[in-house]
Amino acid sequence: MSLAAAAAAPSGFLSPTGVEIAFVLVGIATLGAALISVTTKQLVHAALWLVVALGGLAVEYLLLTAEFIAWVQVLIYVGSVVVLILFGLMLTRAPIGRSPDADSDNRWVAVTVAAASAITLVWVVVDAFRTTWIELDGSVQGSTKVTGQTLFQHWVLPFEALSVLLLAALVGAIVLSRKNQDQDKES
Amino acid sequence: MNDILDVALRLVAVLVVFLTFPLLVGQAEHKVMAHMQGRLGPMYAGGFHGWAQLVADGVKFAQKEDIVPAEADRRIFQLAPAVALLPYLLVLIAIPVGPNGFVGQAIDAGLFFVLAVMGVGVLGSLMAGWASANKFSLLGGLRTAAQLMAYELPMLLAAASVAMAAGTLSLPGIVDAYQWWWTPWQIVGALVFFIAGLAELQRPPFDMPVADSEIIFGAYTEYTGLRFALFLLAEYAGIVVLCGLTTVLFLGGWHGPWADSVGWVWTLLKTAVLAFVVIWLRVTYPRLREDQLQKLAWTVLIPLALAQIALTGVVKVVIS
Repeated sequence: MSLAAAAAAPSGFLSPTGVEIAFVLVGIATLGAALISVTTKQLVHAALWLVVALGGLAVEYLLLTAEFIAWVQVLIYVGSVVVLILFGLMLTRAPIGRSPDADSDNRWVAVTVAAASAITLVWVVVDAFRTTWIELDGSVQGSTKVTGQTLFQHWVLPFEALSVLLLAALVGAIVLSRKNQDQDKES
Repeated sequence: MNDILDVALRLVAVLVVFLTFPLLVGQAEHKVMAHMQGRLGPMYAGGFHGWAQLVADGVKFAQKEDIVPAEADRRIFQLAPAVALLPYLLVLIAIPVGPNGFVGQAIDAGLFFVLAVMGVGVLGSLMAGWASANKFSLLGGLRTAAQLMAYELPMLLAAASVAMAAGTLSLPGIVDAYQWWWTPWQIVGALVFFIAGLAELQRPPFDMPVADSEIIFGAYTEYTGLRFALFLLAEYAGIVVLCGLTTVLFLGGWHGPWADSVGWVWTLLKTAVLAFVVIWLRVTYPRLREDQLQKLAWTVLIPLALAQIALTGVVKVVIS
C-alpha cells in the first residue's frame, strides 16, 4: 500500500510538526467529548457530545489525509446515525435536565469492556504501524481514487461479505416490522 | 505568502457571497410572491419597489429582545441557530462557479463533502426543537428528523448517479466532464435531487415541520430577534446552496456559449432560475401531509433514483 512510505530518517517524536501537534490536540478533544458523552446524566447532551466526538474523528481522518473516509464519517455518523438517535430520544423520553435513570448498574462491566477493547486496539495499531510515516507533502494518499482502487482490488471479498451482512440485516428489519403488524391485527 | 493571500481572498469572497446571496433570494421571494398573488406589500421604503424594506427588516430583527424561555436548555437553545447556519457557509466553499479554478477550494471528494455537511445543518433544527421545552417545538423537531431520514437517501442516490456518469467525486471535475446530453440522460435524477433537496430545506410544499396552522412554527416557535433571523437566513442560504448544487451536478454549471470568459455568469444565471422555481413552487402547491411526505419519499423517489442509477450504469457500460 502507498501508505507505507517507509521509515523516513528525519521523522521523530522530539520535533513534532504542526500537523502532529494538531492531531494530538484534536485527539484529546475527541477523547474528552467521548468521556463526557458516556458520563453525562442528560440524555440529549450525551447524543450531542457524541456528535463532537464523531466530528473530531473525522478531523483526525482528514489530518491523516484520508479525505474520503473523513467525509463518509460525517455523512453516515454525524448526519444520519446521530439524527436517528435524537429522533429515538425525542420519540420516547428526553427531559430537559438530568435523567434519573440514565445510570446503569452495569457501569463497571462497561468500563472493563471499554478499557479492554481500547487497550487491544491501541496495542494492535501501535504494533502494526510503528514505523510507518505518511508523506504529507506528496500527492494525497487517501483520495477517492486510491480508496476505490484499494477497496475493489485488494478487499473485494470482505466488501462483498459486508454487503451480504447488510442485506441480511435489511431483510431481518423488514421481517421484524411485518411480524409486529400482523400481531397487531390479530389482537 | 502568496498562497496565504490567495486562500484568504477566496474565503473572503465566499463569505461575501454567503452574506449577500441569501438576502437577494429572500428579497426576490417577497417580490415574486407579491406579484404572483396580486398583492403589493411594502412598496415605499427606498423608492424602487420598496427594496429598502429588507434593510428595515434586518434592523428590526437586530433590535428585538433575545428571549430564552425559562424552562429551556439555555446553551443548546442558543447554539442551535449557529449549527443550522454554518454548514451552508462551509458548503459554499466547495461549489465551483467558473472554469479554471473559479471555486473557493477544490475538494477531491467534493460531492461527499457537500452532502455530508448539508446533512449536519439539520442538527440545528433538532437542537432547537428539543431545547425549547415546548411541545410544538418538539413536534417540529420530530417531523424535521423524520423528513431528513426519508429524503437523505434519494438525494444521495441521485447524486451518486452523476458521480458514476462523470467518473469523479470532485465538483469541478463533474462539470468539466459534462456533455449537453447528460441533462436528458440524468433528468430523473435531477428531479429527484431537487425535490429531495427542497424537502431537506423544509421549503413548501414540504414545510410540514414548520406548518404554522398546526404547530405554530415548529422548532423555531420560541425564537426571537437575531437568532430567529439566523434560522431564516439558513433557509435562504440553503436555497442558494441547493440551486447551485443542482446547477453544478445536472445543468452543466458554467457550460454555455463563451464559457471560457463568462462561464461564471452561466452558473449564476442557472442558479437564479432554479431559485425562482423554488419560490414559484412555494406559491403554487399546498402543503403535503406527513404521511404523503413519507410515501412520496419511500415509494416514489427512492425507486426512481435506483432506476436512474441502473440507467446510468447501463449507458456508461455501453458507451465506454
